[in-house]
Amino acid sequence: MSDLLDAVALPGREEPAGSSRPGRSPAPFLRYLASKVAAALVSFAVTLVIGFVLFSLMPANPVQSLTRGRPTSAAQMEHLRHQLGLDQPVWHRFLSFVGDTLQGRLGDSWQFQQPVASLIGERLWPTLLLTGTATLLSVVLGLWLGVHSGWRHGSRFDRLTSGISLTLWSVPTFWLAMILLVVLSTGLGPIPSLFPAGGMSDAYSPSGFGHVLDVAHHLVLPCLTMVLVVFAQYVTVMRSSVIDELGNPYLLTARAKGLMDSQVRNRHAAPNALLPSVTVIFLQLGTVVGGAITVETVYSWPGLGFLTYQALQVPDLPLLQGTFIVFSASVILMNLLADVVYRFLDPRVRAQ
Amino acid sequence: MTLLEVRGLGVSYRSGGREVPAVRGVDLTLDRGETLGLAGESGSGKSTLALSLLRLLPAGTRVEGQVRWEGEDLLTAKWSRVRAVRWAGASVVFQGALSALNPVRTVGDQICEPIVLHEGATRREARRRAGELLESVGVPVRRLDGYPHEFSGGQRQRIMIAMALACRPDLIIADEPTTALDVMVQAQILQLLADLVKEERIAVLMISHDLSVLAQMCDRLAVMYAGQLVETGPSAQLLTDPRHPYTRALAGAFPVIGDPASRRAPSGLPGDPPNQAQLGAGCAFAPRCPEADADCRTGAVQLWPAGPGRDAACLRVLPDGVLPDGALRDGAAERPADGADAVPAEPGGADATGERAGEQAEEQAAPQPAAGTSAGGQS
Repeated sequence: MSDLLDAVALPGREEPAGSSRPGRSPAPFLRYLASKVAAALVSFAVTLVIGFVLFSLMPANPVQSLTRGRPTSAAQMEHLRHQLGLDQPVWHRFLSFVGDTLQGRLGDSWQFQQPVASLIGERLWPTLLLTGTATLLSVVLGLWLGVHSGWRHGSRFDRLTSGISLTLWSVPTFWLAMILLVVLSTGLGPIPSLFPAGGMSDAYSPSGFGHVLDVAHHLVLPCLTMVLVVFAQYVTVMRSSVIDELGNPYLLTARAKGLMDSQVRNRHAAPNALLPSVTVIFLQLGTVVGGAITVETVYSWPGLGFLTYQALQVPDLPLLQGTFIVFSASVILMNLLADVVYRFLDPRVRAQ
Repeated sequence: MTLLEVRGLGVSYRSGGREVPAVRGVDLTLDRGETLGLAGESGSGKSTLALSLLRLLPAGTRVEGQVRWEGEDLLTAKWSRVRAVRWAGASVVFQGALSALNPVRTVGDQICEPIVLHEGATRREARRRAGELLESVGVPVRRLDGYPHEFSGGQRQRIMIAMALACRPDLIIADEPTTALDVMVQAQILQLLADLVKEERIAVLMISHDLSVLAQMCDRLAVMYAGQLVETGPSAQLLTDPRHPYTRALAGAFPVIGDPASRRAPSGLPGDPPNQAQLGAGCAFAPRCPEADADCRTGAVQLWPAGPGRDAACLRVLPDGVLPDGALRDGAAERPADGADAVPAEPGGADATGERAGEQAEEQAAPQPAAGTSAGGQS
């Protein structure tokens, strides 16, 4: 038998050991990062142009809409135009807009008579608190449900999970928010009023830890609404990517190793199935900053969404322009983050 | 006690509301230090047989018979027992190591996993052992933290072998371990596997469609057709003196190393494997068999002794003119003494002579399916 082997084996011809070993040194990573940052900057530049066109060029006559219903003389209108900088040539206005934006100056809000940047800065934290909490909860809930229903797809658990999450996904956010408000805040029948109807804290909120509890109490309803509406997409993405992994031979290897079913699922199937979900999570993270408009409005949550709603009623163009840029920037930033995180999760991307 | 004893193993899949048998009535024994090769065409049930031993087939597959592991029937054992035997007792080298390894975990991690699981070793101990294993298969230890896609095909298969050896198993099931590799790497991997199992006295069940690969590795061979074993025996004898016409066809399909004549005239087997859902009475191979006669299509076949240590499931191995039930065979006298006479003239194949250039013969080998359909029509 061994001489048979000798006949075919050419001695001394060994495959090159360690021939290809990419992606370990920092240089490829920096190059990768640089290319992604450059792409993000290009996207941001395009956003600036669109923002300028939408909010500075398109509105036919902002002065007229600002003074609508009030007796205004032509001289006053002219003065307002000059004050708003509307009498300057377009290219000049664009350049100063870009320059100001890059320095963090977003103009003054017409409605609040305050710098837009400080208004946004003030409202950013409530929004981050709300959307951050809601996203974290819905990601955890959605991924857990997705992994389990995908692993046993077609089971009763899967049908129940998919049914409930897709129903909630189809429900209009404002409707769900108002139902929850009526049932859990106003109280309905035997249900007492459990949660405050709106705002972020009581007028006579205690200080210190009591304040934290008070904010958390106010946070429950808006957060619950967002979670219920959003978690379905994590379920769907995770479920389908787990199902895609099911037939893969490496899962057979894992089973052959003697791992329990849950170990095969958690150690082998889930990490691979997570990859497509990461993209969705980060895309969603970008939009939650601005996507909370409905929820924040219904619950009067003093965040960016509510601010946008207030700006829309006037319309407060500099404020809208400011929120537009912040929302767009957050989407771009989250995409960039997704690319970086993806590289860490999937070694195969590192090799490219 | 015998390491592995398989009795009356049958596996059937459910397909479109019907049970389709994939493995039928297989008996096998394998002891420590023995190497058994399982040969057969695609779809003959060899991989199904291998996976059924450790109950790795998908849920809903029906498995009957006995798989006795050191006397204990794994098919009826508790799952915790089966999991304990998996990898620690019998490990598997799968074909296509790129897909059989988890793409997002380092190879070191994947080798350590069964060590930690079965031996309760610490991460550090497991890692040290994983390093030794990598060395023993000829992959540098420093590549422990590499990911599967960073290795060449041959290295990945070496890593699979290292992983299979992780818990010092008694049996390695190698399912087409070298199919995806080129011939040079294939020979290295086989040599490596042969050396390692000899050192550790590990039993090997090796599965391949390639008889020559099996003959290099294994002491004994078993040939499978349509879910049944049709011939078993010592490798060399099976290869040089096959008793079953199917083994003969399988052996003829591969050129013998060092024999130029066999290269120039590779013989094939006309027809396709039967649909196992529609097997009738008689020998399953009869429709493709060049030697089949009326008895073959009606009488049931089973493995009969065909020489010392050999069995074959063919009526031809029985004494002349005797049917299994003892009745006299119809027209036994007219039966050709040498089966080769009955081989139907195959266009291009049968009249191949030594003068023909090698590349011409290889061209002839390509249009096998066409030749097969015409020959299949005759039977």
